[in-house]
Order: sequence, then C-alpha cells, then structure tokens
Amino acid sequence: MSESSSARGVVAAATLVAALTVLPLLVALPGALSEGPARAVEYLFRPRIGNLLANTGMLMAVTVPASVVLGTAAAWLVERTALPGAAWWRTLLLAPLAVPSFVSAYAWVTVAPGLTGFAGAALVTTLAYYPFVFLPVAALLRALDPGDEEAARSLGLSPAAAVARTVLPRLRPALSGGALLVALHLLAEYGVLEMMRFQTFTTAIMQQYAVGFSDTSGSLLASVLVGLCLLALLLELIARGRRRVARLGPGTQRQAMPHALGAWTVPGLLFLGALVAGALVVPVASVARWLAAPGGWAGVFDGDLLATVLGTVTLAVLGAVAATAAALPGAWLLNRHHSGLPLVLERVTFVASSLPGIVIGLALVTLAVGWARPLYQTVGLTVLAYAILFIPRAMVSLRAGLAAAPPELSEVARSLGARGSGTLVRVVLPLMAPSVLTGLVLVALAVGTELTATLLLAPTGTETLALSFWREASQLDYAAAAPYAAAMIALSAPLTLLLRRQILEEK
Amino acid sequence: MTELRIRAVTAGYGRDAVLESVDLTVPEGTTTAVLGGSGSGKTTLLRLIAGFLRPSGGEVSVGGRTVAGPGVWVPPERRGVGYVRQEGGLFPHLSVAGNIAFGLPWPRRRHRARVLELLDLVGLPASMADRCPDQLSGGQQQRVALARALAPRPGLILLDEPFSALDSGLRAATREATARALRAAGATAVLVTHDQGEALSFADEVAILGAGRFRQVGRPAEVYREPVDAEVAGFLGDAVLLDGIASGGAVSCVLGSLPVQEGVPDGHVLVMVRPEQIALTPAGGGHLDATVRAVSYFGHDAIVELDGIGDGIGSAPSGTVVARVLGQDAPRSAERVGLSVAGPVRAFPVGPSVARPLSGTAAR
Repeated sequence: MSESSSARGVVAAATLVAALTVLPLLVALPGALSEGPARAVEYLFRPRIGNLLANTGMLMAVTVPASVVLGTAAAWLVERTALPGAAWWRTLLLAPLAVPSFVSAYAWVTVAPGLTGFAGAALVTTLAYYPFVFLPVAALLRALDPGDEEAARSLGLSPAAAVARTVLPRLRPALSGGALLVALHLLAEYGVLEMMRFQTFTTAIMQQYAVGFSDTSGSLLASVLVGLCLLALLLELIARGRRRVARLGPGTQRQAMPHALGAWTVPGLLFLGALVAGALVVPVASVARWLAAPGGWAGVFDGDLLATVLGTVTLAVLGAVAATAAALPGAWLLNRHHSGLPLVLERVTFVASSLPGIVIGLALVTLAVGWARPLYQTVGLTVLAYAILFIPRAMVSLRAGLAAAPPELSEVARSLGARGSGTLVRVVLPLMAPSVLTGLVLVALAVGTELTATLLLAPTGTETLALSFWREASQLDYAAAAPYAAAMIALSAPLTLLLRRQILEEK
Repeated sequence: MTELRIRAVTAGYGRDAVLESVDLTVPEGTTTAVLGGSGSGKTTLLRLIAGFLRPSGGEVSVGGRTVAGPGVWVPPERRGVGYVRQEGGLFPHLSVAGNIAFGLPWPRRRHRARVLELLDLVGLPASMADRCPDQLSGGQQQRVALARALAPRPGLILLDEPFSALDSGLRAATREATARALRAAGATAVLVTHDQGEALSFADEVAILGAGRFRQVGRPAEVYREPVDAEVAGFLGDAVLLDGIASGGAVSCVLGSLPVQEGVPDGHVLVMVRPEQIALTPAGGGHLDATVRAVSYFGHDAIVELDGIGDGIGSAPSGTVVARVLGQDAPRSAERVGLSVAGPVRAFPVGPSVARPLSGTAAR
C-alpha cells in the first residue's frame, strides 16, 4: 500500500536528517584524540583549562539562577497580580529577545566602560537571557487553571502555601526548560564575553581558531564544551521530573483572579521598570546615541548597509528554508507516533542542535578541510550549519502546524471525496500555513543575528549585519557599528510581537 | 441500491483482532445502531466501512459494489460513504458554507442553493452559512457536520457517536434533527453508540457488539424484550436476574410462578424481569408483599429497591429486586407494598454446574 511506503520514505528522510546533524560531531570530535589519548589528557589537565572551567562554572552559577528568579518573578507579577499595565509589561519584558546579546554588551560597554570581566558578563547575560524563562513561565501561568489554586485555598491552605503546592510543582517543566535554554546559550555565548573580556571555552576556541586553525587543541576544547552541554541536557532531564503535567477534565477555563499587591505595587513596578531599563532601554538608547554621533547616522545612507541587509536576508531565507525542510519529516513522524524511532531521532537532532554554534562550525570546518575541501567557505556549508543549529525552532512551529491539521480532518476530506492531493491542497496546507510561516520567520531571524558559526563558516567577503557589526565594534568604532545594531534590532522587533501573540495570547 | 453488507470481516491493529468474522446487513434506507462498550470494536467497524482501515479478511460491499475484500480495495474518497465523527471535525479554516460545500464537485461549490437546502435539512437557519465553525455551539457543529456529509448525496452515512459530546438537552434535539434529516435524505445509516436509549430510539435495527462480534441483531423492541443472554439484557437496560426453575411454560422464582416466553426448556434457568414489568400495589394487593428499601427518584419515574420478599423460592443473584414506577406513584422508604409481575418474563437456561442450590430464604 502506498501509505506505508510513503511512511517508510518519511522515516528514511528523518533518519537522514538526524544522521546529518550528528555527522559533523562524529567526524570532527575524534580529531581531538588524533595525537593519542595521552597527549589529550596532558593538554586538558593544564591550569588554563582549569581557569576556563572555573570561569564558565562561575558564570553559569550566577546567570542561570538569576535569570530563573528574575524571569519567574516578572512572569508572576505580570500574569497573576493586579499590577497596572500588564499588557504593556508583557511586551516590554519580551522585547529584549529582539536585541542580540552582543549588541546589548556593546551598549553596556559604551555606557559603563568600567563594567567588564565577570560582573559585566553576568549582568549582560542575565539581562539578555531572562526572557527565556519569562516566556515559558508566563505562558504556563496563563494556561494553568486557577481552579487548582482555589481548590487548595478551600482545603485550608494560605495563599502562599496554595501557590507553593499547586502552582510551583507545575511550573517545573517551564522552569527547567527555561534554565536549560539559558545554560545552553551561556555555553555558546561568544560576543558578550569577548566584549566583556571574560574567557570561557567558547571564547578560547574562537581565539585558538583565529590564531591558526589547529585541529587538535580546538577539537579538544570543543569536546569539553560538548561534554558541558550534554551535562546541562542531562541535568534538565532530571530536574524536569517524570510526572506529566496535564489539565484534567473538560470545561471552560476561567480567568485567574489577580492577587492584589497593595503596598507592594510600587516595589513591583520599580522591579519591572529596572529590568526593562537594563535589558531594553540601555541597549536601544545606546544604539540610538551612537547612531546620532558623527559617523553613525551617515552609515545608514551608505550603500554598504543596504548590501549587508540584502546579504543577511539571502542567508536568512536560505537557512530558514533549509531548517524547515529538514525538520519536516521528523515533525510529521512525531505528530503521528510520539514514541519509538521518531522520538529517538528527535532527541538525537535536538542534542546535536543544542550544541554551540562554534562547535557545529568548527566541526563542519574540520570536515570540509579534511574530506571535502571544495565545500570549505561556501554558502552551502554555512546554510548546513544554520539548518543543524535551528532545526528545533522550525520543528516547534511545524509541529504546531501539523497539530492544526490533524489526520482526522484529512479523513473527513477523503470521505467527502477529496483525493490525497486535494486533501493536501484544500485542508492540510491552509491549516499549516500560519505556523510554517512563523517557523520560517523565527529561523530567518535567528540566522540574521547569528555570529559565531557565521564567523567561522561564511565565505570570505560575506557581509551580514552581525558580521559587519562585529567587525566595527571589535575595532572600537562604535559609531560605525550603530547602524548595523539598529538594523538587527529593527528586523528582530516583529519577533517579539510574533512570540507574544503566539504564546501569550493564543489559548 | 445502497444496502450495506459486511461478510465475515476480520480486522484489527497489529496482531490483535478487534473484530472477528463479523456479519452485518443494513437494508437500504434504514438505520442500524451498533451498540457496544468501549473497546468493543465499534469505531473499528466504522473505519472499515469508511475505508480508513483494511480488513484482514472478509468482504464489505456498499450498494452491491464490493469496496473491500480479497484483492479489492476502494479508497475512501471513491466509496460514497459519509462519515460524521464524535467531535464534528469541521474544517476550522472554512465557513459553514465552505464546510458543507467541501465534498461537492468544484463547479457547484459556489452554488448557494445546495448549501441552504442542506442547512434547512438539518434544521439550521440560512443565516448560519457565513459563520465560522468556532462561532457555533456543539450541537450546531454536529448538524453542520451532518449537512456536510449529506451534501455529496452519499448512499451510506456513518455516525460515530455524534451526540455523545453534547449535553443532554442538546443531545435529544440534535438526535431528532439528525433522524429527520436522514429520513428526508433517504440515506442508509450506521450509528455507533454506547448509549442504549439512543440506540433503541434512533434506529430501525440494533446490533449489539461485544468482544469483537455481534451478540444479537434485531429490531429495538425485539432485542430489548428477548435478549439472547443475561449480558445483552443488562447492556440494553436495567434487568432483575433471579434463579428459577422452568417447567411447562412457567418459571418459579422469588417472585412466584410467572409465565415465561416460549422456547425455554424445563430445568434450572436465570429469570430476567425488566423493572417496569413489576407493578407496585398497596400491601396485600399483589402476588406478594415486600418492603421498600430505597427509592431513586428521577421525576418522570422512580426506581424502587425491594426487600423482604420471602414467600417464593430462589434468590436474586445479581442484587435486589427493583421496580420502575411512575414518579408520581413512588412509595416511601420502608413502606410495605404489594407487587405483581406483568407479561411473560424471559429465562435463560443454565447448566447444572452454574445453577446455585435453591433456597427458601429471602432474596439477598
């Protein structure tokens, strides 16, 4: 029957994608051991590696909990209290997602030149990453039935105890998922840390690469980084817990009755105001200031900016299409059977994609230099890296799209006489289109502000907004960097609105 | 000719057979209700007929045309079989009119006349045509789903528990509208349900499905009054089951000597009495007296649990004797009442090993 053979085709395609995402690592990482394990051990057990490990650990120990606390507190204030202006706060608190973290770092460096090293790194990364916690927690708080809290109150619990025993346990997946995102982004962070002159594995790999492409030491550092990422994934798996959190029973969900803040209203407003000031106002104002400075605004009318925008858009579109196409077979399988091989393939792809851009980039460079020289420094290889990095983003949207077009509706269409192709055109595609478009936009925006893999892989002469910004900012020409920063913020701004609409308003 | 015939059909998912050698004939223009508990294979049966599942053996024919069988497979879109599922399954991106016209050939999709005709058929106002599915109530969605299924004039309509997601008031109204629309369209229909009242009231024939095969197929009154065994009897409605001994057209049990339906051999039997066959009278006015243990009052009627029936022989193996009376006639708890049994009762022969020793003690 054609159905089962097409299903086999999809399984094969999904397997191919999973293999492709893992291949660079499987080929490149053994390079770390090419000079023998003894040499590897000797290299790894040097004080310098210890330093890097301590720095990375310190940053994680501050930024991850700080992001979780700030993100959760902000989400609680906005979603469950009577704080004035919740709709505005929601937008303002998500808006920092539109500011690439390295732009935020540049802004802070120019505002407070003394703020470098650990303190600067921790401050900027926390301000840049707390939305990763805010977003899922706020979405979950909205989705949680306030009836649970009311039931706890009626069983004699105080308001605080009711929250602690009914809401907090169910926030666990959002908290652990958000914390994981913060941790993975920290491990992958290059721009902020370089600007703050704070050394971690990622910055060390980048410097190693800039000094001269050395297969072994770069691969060794990358292996440690991969190990740390896997550790973060494992910790999240444990922290998330095994219990399923599902809403039981039918019935319409009611609006939560907001908690009155009383005397705490002003401190609450001040807290949110400070968060927005640090994460959004400082970067935007600083970029605006440099834009107005001599040599800043001029760049906007310069042909360079337009060419760079075009180059960025080209890469972004290619990357978005590649990632979405690569995610499609896996998403289709997962929506039909959420177990067995599809789940394994999804996990494999997810793990590969959660590795830092620098590791993927380094692996692809090693692969190209060693086995496929003509691919080195081509757009094709760059787009492949984007696809590997951003498959999960495309996957989330595709699965939402497929869920909007359940097999039952296809069955109904067929029982009404529509053939397979007719069902696809008249039912499946119209229902999927909004989510697929969202996925494409999400990936395109990520590609547009991607820095590290692009630095490593893009063909010489490629201009993207992130690369051009980075070149000017590295040469401390802050005014010349400003137009690129402004363009990145402007292009990413719709992302905020998109996420806000998708996650916080749809019910 | 749109008679549905199912011959020796076996089907399942993976290795487990859900349906084993099932036969069913639904005559043209009639409705058959397939009644079964969850996991009995009801939905599997419908998916087989619609063409979403292949039988591993046997044959399905619609209107004399074999659509599934050895070497024959007609895909769902070419079977001319309409399908209405439990949750309606309206296309969320299309208006009501777009949904109803979905199955029409494209030159006719824009014609309003057919859409309005179908809306009228299912009892919805023409003003609904331009609404979105999410602006409709559950009952309205089901009616639109039915109109959509009827639009291409299928010979056969399959209804997969279409009323069970609706609340009770809406359920009755939607059921009546559906029955009317099906009659007006002259369609053959198969309704799958787990609600025996729905099956008995909606269909020309009721087929009771259990453990992968049909236990009994017949007209509603026939299967209700003459179920093939105690299990089917219980599935179709409340039943009082009593040990008894049949001999010469009568059966003696705790309720006394009662006339029995034909064809019961003499010997140990399980007597089945419907609660509404037991009439209550003032104490001393019936065949025997009993004490009211509890009353469940439903307004239009009441279920009365009876105790202290001591004059007969045998016992009530599955609990107590209950009577269904009009709500206005419900006695009070602990009251002494008389009772009499109307009409012949049903009895199922039991093997000697199953029969329990007769006792002279009171029921329960």
